[in-house]
Amino acid sequence: MTLLKNREVLLALAILLLVILVAARFPAFVQPGNLVNVFNDTSPLILLAIGQMIVILTKCIDLSVAANLALCGMVAALMNGAGVPLPVILLLVVALGGVLGAVNGLLVWKLGIPSIVVTLGTMTIYRGIIFLMTNGAWVNAHQMTDAFKALPRTLIAGLPVMSWVAIVAIALFTVLLTRTPLGRAFYAVGGNPHAAVYTGINVGRTQFVAFVIAGALAGLTGYLWVARYAVAYVDIADGFELSVVAACVIGGVAIAGGAGSVAGAVLGALFLGVINNALPVVGISPFWQLAISGSAIVVAVAFNSSLNRKTGRIILKPVETK
Amino acid sequence: MTGIATGRTIPDRLQSRTYRALRSWETILLVVAVGVFVINSFASPHFLNAWNLSDATFNFTEKAMIAFAMAMLIIAGEIDLSVASIIALVSTAMGLAMQAGAGVPVLICVGLFTGLVCGALNGALVAGMGLPSIVVTIGTMSLFRGISYIVLGDQAFTGYPDGFDFFGQGYVWWVFSFELVLFAVLAVVFWLLLHRTNFGRAVYAIGNNATAAQFSGIRVARVRFILFLLTGLMSAIAAICLTSRLGSTRPSIATGFELEVVTMVVLGGVNILGGSGSIPGVVLAALIMGMVTFGFGLLNVPGIVMSIFLGLLLIGVIAVPRLLRGK
Repeated sequence: MTLLKNREVLLALAILLLVILVAARFPAFVQPGNLVNVFNDTSPLILLAIGQMIVILTKCIDLSVAANLALCGMVAALMNGAGVPLPVILLLVVALGGVLGAVNGLLVWKLGIPSIVVTLGTMTIYRGIIFLMTNGAWVNAHQMTDAFKALPRTLIAGLPVMSWVAIVAIALFTVLLTRTPLGRAFYAVGGNPHAAVYTGINVGRTQFVAFVIAGALAGLTGYLWVARYAVAYVDIADGFELSVVAACVIGGVAIAGGAGSVAGAVLGALFLGVINNALPVVGISPFWQLAISGSAIVVAVAFNSSLNRKTGRIILKPVETK
Repeated sequence: MTGIATGRTIPDRLQSRTYRALRSWETILLVVAVGVFVINSFASPHFLNAWNLSDATFNFTEKAMIAFAMAMLIIAGEIDLSVASIIALVSTAMGLAMQAGAGVPVLICVGLFTGLVCGALNGALVAGMGLPSIVVTIGTMSLFRGISYIVLGDQAFTGYPDGFDFFGQGYVWWVFSFELVLFAVLAVVFWLLLHRTNFGRAVYAIGNNATAAQFSGIRVARVRFILFLLTGLMSAIAAICLTSRLGSTRPSIATGFELEVVTMVVLGGVNILGGSGSIPGVVLAALIMGMVTFGFGLLNVPGIVMSIFLGLLLIGVIAVPRLLRGK
């Protein structure tokens, strides 16, 4: 029974059920090759969801991740066009993503502006900067070098590099969150900021670090995205921030901060990834995707709160929800 | 969302009424509005023309209608990011009704009803189930627009009946469009509602301290629910005006409106954390944003550059006072 109360286990079962349902009609869906594809397709979402989860842990939210991804992707494509070597590009996009995240983080840390306002603003600013850099022009496949495009697709032990990046990130951030002081600090800041201050944790700086991590992950994903789809323009990954938040909420990350796990966020992302990949197989128009992830967010957040509801007699109903 | 409680200092004596009025956010906005107006008149010879100015009001009237309701919602400590998606869904519902052969009055009813249903869903989830409004409305934001995409795909509804164009294109008298008059009327209605009724007091009370409000006998959940209904209704009215003005419905209609509406409310001096703000501030913010957008338009600045400016404005408006206070 206790195992069934575990959110990650429930979610994993839900994903399994979903896969079985699709496989019952379309057995080809569960062939190893296709499952690898599904995981690979979901890798960008997994990477961003891990970053977003850390930000949400600290009671913040980052709506600018998709714009950050698009900007870093465009910069990567432009640097590639200018003949910058690939390893340098990789380093620079991660750094640029981190800097863009740091801008969010500084505004939240130093000025105490609510993160939703900051990132709603930087979301449009970052995307606008792409337009200013390119005047709306596209960078197409033939303008990219072969090495630039090949890296995310290169197979290592049967898995593309993009999947390996996601797997490494999952391992790295699981260790960071569960085995290091910084990881504990993220939970402490979100769980009870006042108590965190008294234990000597700098709340603002911890939130800043969370934004930098989310930004750096978005920057790296920007390169992977642009190289894999071999195109860069102003509107790539438009609205992707909603899927990222959806993945976290579905994965049981508490929007009020302090609760959540890498495994949850990854499973949340996989849940959406399986749905998105199954839709065309089952023959449903991709136009359904938006409504499905929207309903998934609403259902998941309602479900999470019902799991958290404390039993016992309520004498005066508390109204504070934040 | 973040803040650590800090001590407040109590002044030895209160400042005079006039001094406080002069230093208020609304006064600063008024000065900025006049400044933008003067700069625009010098920047473009076409600015000072009654018909041009009347055209410029379409830049903000629809968003401002939603901003009034959003201001009350934010003052009460909640937020609704799904407003633009409600517009899309309302517009789609009206398009479906039109295809079924509905006349103008039925179209309006369908639109208003759809908006109320969307607001009621948000309200039920936030006020009824006690879920955080940010996540709920991010979810319904995808859901409502997602339904429009399911219905329309890459298609569009066009061919609205005669008479429907009045709401977005008609003029009540001389240069005063229906939308502008509606904006003015709604501004007065919301001013009365927020500043002159018990309901308005309750909104401030909830925004400052929801638990204390509950203890003082305010039905917190009911007020929150009504506020979401109101936001849905205003989004529906904006959707009717916008659909009528464009004469067509696409699922991507009003994309990004939520950002502009929230910017307008915050620029209007409403505290994003809840508890304070005023309708006159929002009205002035709407005028400023409308005139700036119009001025940029006359100078041929592309739309995406304007959105950068909006993003900077949203952050700047909150950041600058905090920087000046030396926080």
